[in-house]
Amino acid sequence: MGHHGRLRKPTEAIGHKNKVMAEFQVRTMADCMAAGEAPEVLFWVGCAGSFDDRAKKITKAIAKILHKANVSFAILGSEESCTGDPAKRAGNEFLFQMMAMQNIEVMNAYEVKKIVTGCPHCFNTLKNEYPALGGNYEVMHHTQLIQDLIADGKLSIEGGEFKGKKITFHDPCYLGRGNGEYEAPRALIQKLDAELVEMKRCKTNGLCCGAGGAQMFKEAEKGNKEVNIERTEDALAIQANVIATGCPFCNTMMTDGVKHFEQEHVIAVKDIAELIAEAGDL
Amino acid sequence: MIGQIIFIILLSAGGYMAFKRFQFVRRNILLGRDVKIEGENSERWGTLIRVALGQGKMCSRPIAAIFHLFLYVGFVIINIEVVEIILDGVLGQHRLFHGIGSIYNWLMAAFEVLAFLVILGCVVFLYRRNIAKLPRFHWREMTQWPKSDANIILFTEIALMSAFLKMNAAESILAARGVEHYVNLGTLPISQFVTPFMDGYSDGMLIFVERFCWWFHIIGILAFIVYLSYSKHLHILLAFPNTYYSKLRPAGALDNMSNVTNEVKLMMDPSAQVTEDPLAPKKFGAKDVADLSWVQLLSAYSCTEWGRCTSQCPANQTGKLLSPRKIMMDTRDRMEEVGRCIDAGVSYDNKSLLGDYITFEELWACTSCNACTEACPININPLEIIIDLRRYLMMEESQSPESITTMLTNIENNGAPWAFAQADRGNWTQE
Repeated sequence: MGHHGRLRKPTEAIGHKNKVMAEFQVRTMADCMAAGEAPEVLFWVGCAGSFDDRAKKITKAIAKILHKANVSFAILGSEESCTGDPAKRAGNEFLFQMMAMQNIEVMNAYEVKKIVTGCPHCFNTLKNEYPALGGNYEVMHHTQLIQDLIADGKLSIEGGEFKGKKITFHDPCYLGRGNGEYEAPRALIQKLDAELVEMKRCKTNGLCCGAGGAQMFKEAEKGNKEVNIERTEDALAIQANVIATGCPFCNTMMTDGVKHFEQEHVIAVKDIAELIAEAGDL
Repeated sequence: MIGQIIFIILLSAGGYMAFKRFQFVRRNILLGRDVKIEGENSERWGTLIRVALGQGKMCSRPIAAIFHLFLYVGFVIINIEVVEIILDGVLGQHRLFHGIGSIYNWLMAAFEVLAFLVILGCVVFLYRRNIAKLPRFHWREMTQWPKSDANIILFTEIALMSAFLKMNAAESILAARGVEHYVNLGTLPISQFVTPFMDGYSDGMLIFVERFCWWFHIIGILAFIVYLSYSKHLHILLAFPNTYYSKLRPAGALDNMSNVTNEVKLMMDPSAQVTEDPLAPKKFGAKDVADLSWVQLLSAYSCTEWGRCTSQCPANQTGKLLSPRKIMMDTRDRMEEVGRCIDAGVSYDNKSLLGDYITFEELWACTSCNACTEACPININPLEIIIDLRRYLMMEESQSPESITTMLTNIENNGAPWAFAQADRGNWTQE
């Protein structure tokens, strides 16, 4: 039955050791505190970014970009835990608020002011649902922060291997409709000298990848199609070379969709951070 | 004189029936629990002006937007004419406002153009529903009544506007023949094309047509006002408060349940100081309409069943049972049912919104992507109702798909939806 009805698990390790991560050490907030330093930005990695082998590549790309731009940042490491987003969307408000209050306690102890996330779900939850529980931070999605770094002259990006390629952006629901950010990821694609092509459903009209609302962690309900297949068809229809994503879950869903059509040699699925890191040979 | 008495009786009866019905609707909405309305009033007025008054979200579908604009503007402005009809009827006058001078004829000309555009819009909409059979008007929840409701409204509007044009045509001929009372309306843009058909009528026949159309128009409007309260057409009134009270926060934000906050605070620190929220709901999540907020119930009455939400829903597009429009229609149907039970003195009917109307399978097909809330031209939010029902399933009945239970256990035990150790979170930095 192949793709249909398969419960999604994190992608397995493929034995790929990233040489570049050895070039600099990503520090934890605890390391920094011990050294008497207070990093400007907390990089909130998220569960997929920490454990899913595919998403870890995105995490590393973000870390490399932050490092290249000389951003003073740290992660929480073993002190980070789930934001509670999937629990909240599944209806378990107790578990969500427990996770939120624990995370807030940790972040407030480190006097965190600014957070960058690699995941729009973490981004939405930290930005919109933590303040009422005592967690007030400036929260940015990684595409927003990267755009700011470029605007401030701290980072320059080049097209590299993506120059002239047709790249389409799949809007993550919690970045786009959820929080109104449609432009930052697109601006970055254009900075790569790539041809930004839009799927027929994009921006406010964008189609979900099928993973949100805790769907990532369950079988889809009975239907005649998987949502990610429907969405992948949109991308294949415009013959893009790359489906750019801004969410590790969308990335999984779109990658699965492309595999379903056996088009993985024709169309790549990559996070915007990966495109930038790869183009800049980071 | 007898006409005046009949008119006043009809007006009072229509008004009374409408009042009773609207009281029923209002009471049903207020079955919902009270909520704190946050944010600036100015921002809320802004939303109302942009979305309801300015039809700002209609534009995403231009054909519907244009014809709907005809109906909307036409219907609102032609109601000025209704004021004159009511005053004429009560005071026993004829075309009371004609005395204001030539502007009256200008207004009448404008009303005629609008009436024509309303008819055109209705014809186009009837075509889309019944002949072109746009799929979203024929999904599962579009059973006989919702389909008939739409057609009744469209045919009624055509009949009302036709009566208005015919009335003017008769008036013009009578005035030209110098019949007493009848006033010269100048050259009217639409009814001048109707007059040739009536030229051969006798004066008596014309007076009959004019009077018939006049009575038909006003009785039709009175009946229509009462009908509104049974119909999806209620949106012509409720779209305004609905947009005013619609969510101001980013679409992605869900509220934090205050009754949970206190429990979690006490769980984490038994000596924590917590303040009771007087508006905190008694239950965790919603099982029935009374567990939803009155704003959510208002939005159910405001729903026009256009189905833009459903046509944009990823679950619905891939054949799943979920339809956001059905969530709203079910909420309204259940609310009316509960209302009727209360009126009949039955306090408990063994049914609830969750289960009897909206099923587990529908709720669990939602990806919380906000396509439905984005698509709704009047800012209705089916997603928050879905989440409230999921909350009840989860927190009051411990019901969730098995793999979701596993995911939640993982989050609770090791801080991630998968069974990885929290201590390994930073391992990627070394890989």
